[in-house]
Amino acid sequence: MRRYRKAAYLYLAVMTMILYLPIVLVVVYSFNESKISSVWGGFSLKWYEILFRDKAMFEALKNSIVLALSASILAAVIGTLAAVGFTKIIPRSKGIVEYVSMLPIMIPEIILGMVFMAYFAMLGLRFGMLTLVLAHTAFCIPYNYMTVKARLVGMDKSLGEAARDLGASEVRVFFDITLPLLVPAILSGMLLSFAMSFDDVIISLFVTGVNINTLPIKIYTQMKTGVTPEINALCTLILGATIMLVFISTRLNRFHAKAQPENGERSGENDD
Amino acid sequence: MRGKRMGKVPIKSRSYSLWLMILPLYLFTLLLVAGPLIYMVILSFLTRADGWGIVNKFTFDNYINIFDPVYLNTFVESFRLAILCTVLIILIGYPFGYFMATLSPVWKKRMMMLLMIPFWTSSLIRLYGWIIIFRANGTLDQILMGLRLRDTPLKLLYTYPAVVVGMVYALVQFMILSVYSSAEKLDWSLLEAARDLGASSLQAFFTISLKLTLPGLLSGVILTFIPSMGLFFIADILGGNKVVLVGSLIQDQLMKAHNWPFAAALSVVLMLLTTIVIFLYKRITHTTEIEGVG
Repeated sequence: MRRYRKAAYLYLAVMTMILYLPIVLVVVYSFNESKISSVWGGFSLKWYEILFRDKAMFEALKNSIVLALSASILAAVIGTLAAVGFTKIIPRSKGIVEYVSMLPIMIPEIILGMVFMAYFAMLGLRFGMLTLVLAHTAFCIPYNYMTVKARLVGMDKSLGEAARDLGASEVRVFFDITLPLLVPAILSGMLLSFAMSFDDVIISLFVTGVNINTLPIKIYTQMKTGVTPEINALCTLILGATIMLVFISTRLNRFHAKAQPENGERSGENDD
Repeated sequence: MRGKRMGKVPIKSRSYSLWLMILPLYLFTLLLVAGPLIYMVILSFLTRADGWGIVNKFTFDNYINIFDPVYLNTFVESFRLAILCTVLIILIGYPFGYFMATLSPVWKKRMMMLLMIPFWTSSLIRLYGWIIIFRANGTLDQILMGLRLRDTPLKLLYTYPAVVVGMVYALVQFMILSVYSSAEKLDWSLLEAARDLGASSLQAFFTISLKLTLPGLLSGVILTFIPSMGLFFIADILGGNKVVLVGSLIQDQLMKAHNWPFAAALSVVLMLLTTIVIFLYKRITHTTEIEGVG
């Protein structure tokens, strides 16, 4: 075992470097003066300048944020309510509904996109933000439902029962006790949904309208037609935002897990 | 008895408000998940109208059409690519996840963080990085020519290997994470015991580690094999028009040929293949949850 240890570490290091290579290149070339990536023409911020003047890009960014926010909030409401409800009543249909509602993250995205496009067309819905939000909510619900459900498993039920015995209504128990305890789980589920929605290309391509672009769709079409380093600049900015989100999310998770024994010694720094 | 019941709301009204809590999920699932999927199946049996639209006439033609050598070939090609990618992902991702589980707790956390950043990074950004690497006179060509391994650019962009690399890169983290979550639970003392009893490292690995991490490996296979059938945009961007997958075929039928019933039939078949893979997985592992997802 020991003999292989060094080789194992080397393998991990090399693979991690390869994992980061494409990302690092995107960032490096975003500061490239030359228009041709791969030829270094000196340091420059001109692609960022061009990016900031690109109105269509900002429009796409705005759409993506509105879409990701709406879908993750809607999914959080539906997913959380259901996860909590299912702890108290277990209808015979629970298994099947749970299974079907998880399908959007189990089946290939291309099918989901195709299915939504055909279905919305059949219903006569106008393709645009509404169809985007509905489709994105469908694949965001599972993330929220799963994180909240996982949190509920470890939760102390006696608090809610005590409140009920003291006469609190189901609604009050939910808002005063269950919900506050679930906040970290709901937030991390929302963060995951937001990221998934913000990054989605395939499903959006199918359900978007003619006049509406999301950021990934815009990047995708530009990548197919011919790329300018403006995309590098944009990608670098998104990457920065992503790293910040990951940081926030690990903070949340730590907060989330603070009651767990293995993090017990750290709980002090998170107490408010 | 009486004292205990005093504070409680009557059972009926209690379950009423609970039903209201799960109602949104029921409605959403019925209208926006089950509904579309059922419509897809119906659509696959309808006839295409000339030009745009659909005629409500029942037919099996769309399914018969799939057996046209051109389309059948696409399925076979997709399957081949998916299998090739999955094998490569196992070879690369399994050791990664396994070695990761042997790290110290601090390094495990750091490694996890290092893995999460690319995982959360937009798939398009990472794809774009590979374009920079693969394009003619790109990073790869510069390295190869700089090392004097080649005199002319390799021009790997828009080739089959480029698509394979892109797919493996996009999906390998699923394998790493699910193998890791399985290997983390491994009782390493079993391995030491085996070694003490005279087994070689390899013997110990194959009889103990591999067996115990098999659930992680299998769920990694599911998590990589299924998406690799449908990730048409990777084939599109890194493969040009040279690599056509079932995913690209569905998109073309929908967007360019406007043959929606045929696209639906292709989707139904792809969905069935997916279901069979998941079913086999459950059969082999006797579990319902896919490890590393939750």
